[in-house]
Amino acid sequence: MSDSPIAGPAHGHGALAEAGDPHHGEHPSYQRHHFETVDQQADATNFAMWLFLLTEVMFFGGLFTAYLIYRNWYYPAFVAASHQLDVRWGSLNTLVLILSSFTMAMGVWCSETRRRNGLMLCLTLTFILGMAFLGIKTIEYHEKWEKHHIPGLHYSLQSFLDPASDEAAAKYGDSPLPLDMARHTELYFFLYFAMTGMHALHMIIGIAILGFMIVRARAGAYTNGHVTFVENFGLYWHFVDIVWIYLFALLYLISRHQ
Amino acid sequence: MSEQTNHTEHEHHVTSPTVYIVILFSLLVGTALTVWASFIDLGPWNPVIALAIATSKAMLVVLFFMGVKYSTKLTKLTVIAGIFIFLGLISMTLSDYMSRAWGRW
Amino acid sequence: MSATIVSLPDQSTARIPKTNFLTKENGLLSWLLTGDHKRIAILYLISITFFFFVGGALAGLIRLELLTPQSDLMATDTYNKVFTMHGVVMIFLFLVPSVPATLGNFFIPMMIGAKDLALPKINLLSWYLYVAGGILVIYTMAAGGVDTGWTFTTPLSTHYINTNVMSTGMAVFIAGFSSIFTGLNFIVTLHKMRCPGMTWFRLPLFCWAHYAASILMVLGTPVLAIAIVLVALERTVGIGVFDPTKGGDPILFQHLFWFYSHPAVYIMILPGMGVISETISTFSRKRVFGYTAVAFSSVAIAVFGFFVWAHHMFIMGISNYAVLVFSLLTMLVAVPSAIKIFNWTFTLYKGSITFETPMLYSFGFMGLFTIGGLTGVFLGASGTDIHLTETYFIVAHFHFVMVGGMLMAFLAGIHFWWPKMTGRMYPEKISQMAAVVTFIGFNFTFFPQFILGMLGMPRRYAAYPPEFQVLNVFSTAGATILGVGYLLPVLYLTWSLKYGEIAGNNPWQATGLEWQTQSPPLTENFTRIPIMDHEAYDYEWLEAQQAKEVASVR
Repeated sequence: MSDSPIAGPAHGHGALAEAGDPHHGEHPSYQRHHFETVDQQADATNFAMWLFLLTEVMFFGGLFTAYLIYRNWYYPAFVAASHQLDVRWGSLNTLVLILSSFTMAMGVWCSETRRRNGLMLCLTLTFILGMAFLGIKTIEYHEKWEKHHIPGLHYSLQSFLDPASDEAAAKYGDSPLPLDMARHTELYFFLYFAMTGMHALHMIIGIAILGFMIVRARAGAYTNGHVTFVENFGLYWHFVDIVWIYLFALLYLISRHQ
Repeated sequence: MSEQTNHTEHEHHVTSPTVYIVILFSLLVGTALTVWASFIDLGPWNPVIALAIATSKAMLVVLFFMGVKYSTKLTKLTVIAGIFIFLGLISMTLSDYMSRAWGRW
Repeated sequence: MSATIVSLPDQSTARIPKTNFLTKENGLLSWLLTGDHKRIAILYLISITFFFFVGGALAGLIRLELLTPQSDLMATDTYNKVFTMHGVVMIFLFLVPSVPATLGNFFIPMMIGAKDLALPKINLLSWYLYVAGGILVIYTMAAGGVDTGWTFTTPLSTHYINTNVMSTGMAVFIAGFSSIFTGLNFIVTLHKMRCPGMTWFRLPLFCWAHYAASILMVLGTPVLAIAIVLVALERTVGIGVFDPTKGGDPILFQHLFWFYSHPAVYIMILPGMGVISETISTFSRKRVFGYTAVAFSSVAIAVFGFFVWAHHMFIMGISNYAVLVFSLLTMLVAVPSAIKIFNWTFTLYKGSITFETPMLYSFGFMGLFTIGGLTGVFLGASGTDIHLTETYFIVAHFHFVMVGGMLMAFLAGIHFWWPKMTGRMYPEKISQMAAVVTFIGFNFTFFPQFILGMLGMPRRYAAYPPEFQVLNVFSTAGATILGVGYLLPVLYLTWSLKYGEIAGNNPWQATGLEWQTQSPPLTENFTRIPIMDHEAYDYEWLEAQQAKEVASVR
């Protein structure tokens, strides 16, 4: 029934060996009790976020695999379908997200240098840019809805069988696709909605957390030395940006020369 | 790799805003470049260039915005492990498709 | 079997310590909202035992149907549902979480000298996700089940089936996240929470095995998640990603599915191998032979395991080139598993072997896993696989590794650590008998299935040609014995909670930090964070410790 510690006489390891002592007042309020030091907590949570991002990489990975295969099989359909996406909206969205990554990185810097107002500004800007991204996405999705390019919802092959009748296709001088290849444009749009939709879902979650963070930042929760929450969220946000960088290149920029 | 938890100094590298601004502009330039390149007919090189630019942009985000350049070896190893398995999924799956059904259908 | 290493305190004066993780707080909420990894482990233990018996009942129905060549006990559609649910429940709700979520959760922090896992709230969330997945599976069964086979092969599951694919898919999706979070927690904990002096190569091999399994959980499971999402979208929206008539490829689903499901089998077996390392060492009183080889072989299994998945698809229409590559790689992945068996065998050589229950299960594991693993090599060779795939040979192969291997390892671990978790010993004689009954029942159940497979009996069929009946009857008879063997532990372990002998700190005289604390442990595991100053499996250090211990006060 004895629960003696392992090494015989206690070594003088200072704060470490006294972990079980309930009278330690030296650790900050945001340190959880199962961690020995704040550094350990920061390291552990940071590593945990990286591992979570790895799972996200593999999750999107399945979609990228599907995309790679079908783009190779149905290249003409993918080219024609990608012309239906407005490269200006796509580029604008890319700029918006890159800017938001910048403001997020600046937010982390503000948290590290204990600039409460700076942090709030950066988080708010990131929030606004995120909303702008979603707004532009809504405009794009709405356009697809109008032109009946949503798979499974009265999908129309009109633009691909007769490109002359379609403003976007005519701009690129697309030639009409044979019927079976035209049908495969629906596969492109499925992947478009699946991948950008999944991405948008991650944006929505990120924006929601940003909202929470702005409130907490106001109370000084992240400018008292407790940087990890902002830092780890920043990792998430940058990851979502990276996914978009690839989506933009793969979905919008297949081939716009004619 | 035994973590010595008895350092009190937080060896956390703080990247300066100047670096962030430089990276921001690099990313914006990269975006312009890749859009421009998609309007030029480079034959089979179009997707290669697009992916190369995208990968460079991603690397800038990973190294500087996400701080991996100044991170621990463990973080770097984690990033590499993720990329490795992701590439494994894609390349091994493609090895099946490339050997039976590749090119225009 | 009179020699034993069990060393219990004097039963007339021994008491369960008053303050322990079970008594620390009372009330249902203190359990449902706990952050204590040990309580979460107990919650998991209760839930997976429940689902084990659900899956076992389904197995009983399968074996009952297969007593006769005709499909007379149930309609063929119903039989399809029964074996599908059996697979889904056993794999996702029992085998995947079995050792990691119970023994891993309970003991990894203790083995590394930490007070808890790195992310206790994520740990609790992981259990709730598991329960949610389990409830969805129960709902699916109540709503009529699903009959696609646990592998959800397309285009059957997307286009030709009217049963509950969506709810099962959702259940697996949610349970998958439970698994991801468990693995994530373990990786972070093992990297960041080891006590001073606990280097990687002083960790118990149990921890190495869980580390490898956790890498697989974290990197593999998300691909299953996206495969399920795609099936769900295909069923609802019908976009054609897996539909050949619309230009899709059904084999793409299989690539994504098996990219997870092959590593999944290593997720299932690696923690069991971790248990075996602990028990073989303890019950031969010898350090594990070739510690480094065993540690690295766990990681090797994890890494190689990612690149062999298409050996489940040899006959599905992949290219001959892919068949060649994946078959070669499959031969490679057998090597690290074999290394472990060799090292455990060399551990036994010249050890002081005793035959307590955990050791009996461990011996069973070594023999049965070897047979199962070898037959896996036969199947990895594409030539033989073409003949044997989709027959009972496959069924026998995976039951040998999963039931003869993994389940025996799980039982070994439960018995080995029962005294630490509960403070009480289980009754040794009846448990030894149950282990032997299980071994006998297992062999009667599954060995005939190898023969049936070689003779050509297909799997997943309710009816079969009459010449196969004798072997099927043998198999069902064995299943009955096996059922008894699994029921007994539930009964006597529950009994032991009240009437078992008091175990004391270290009834097995094992090394390992978890054995140097009270049984059951304190909520915070250690009153002072230990400092690790000896190698793993250091029985000399243990002897020196015991010499210093005060046994009684005069």
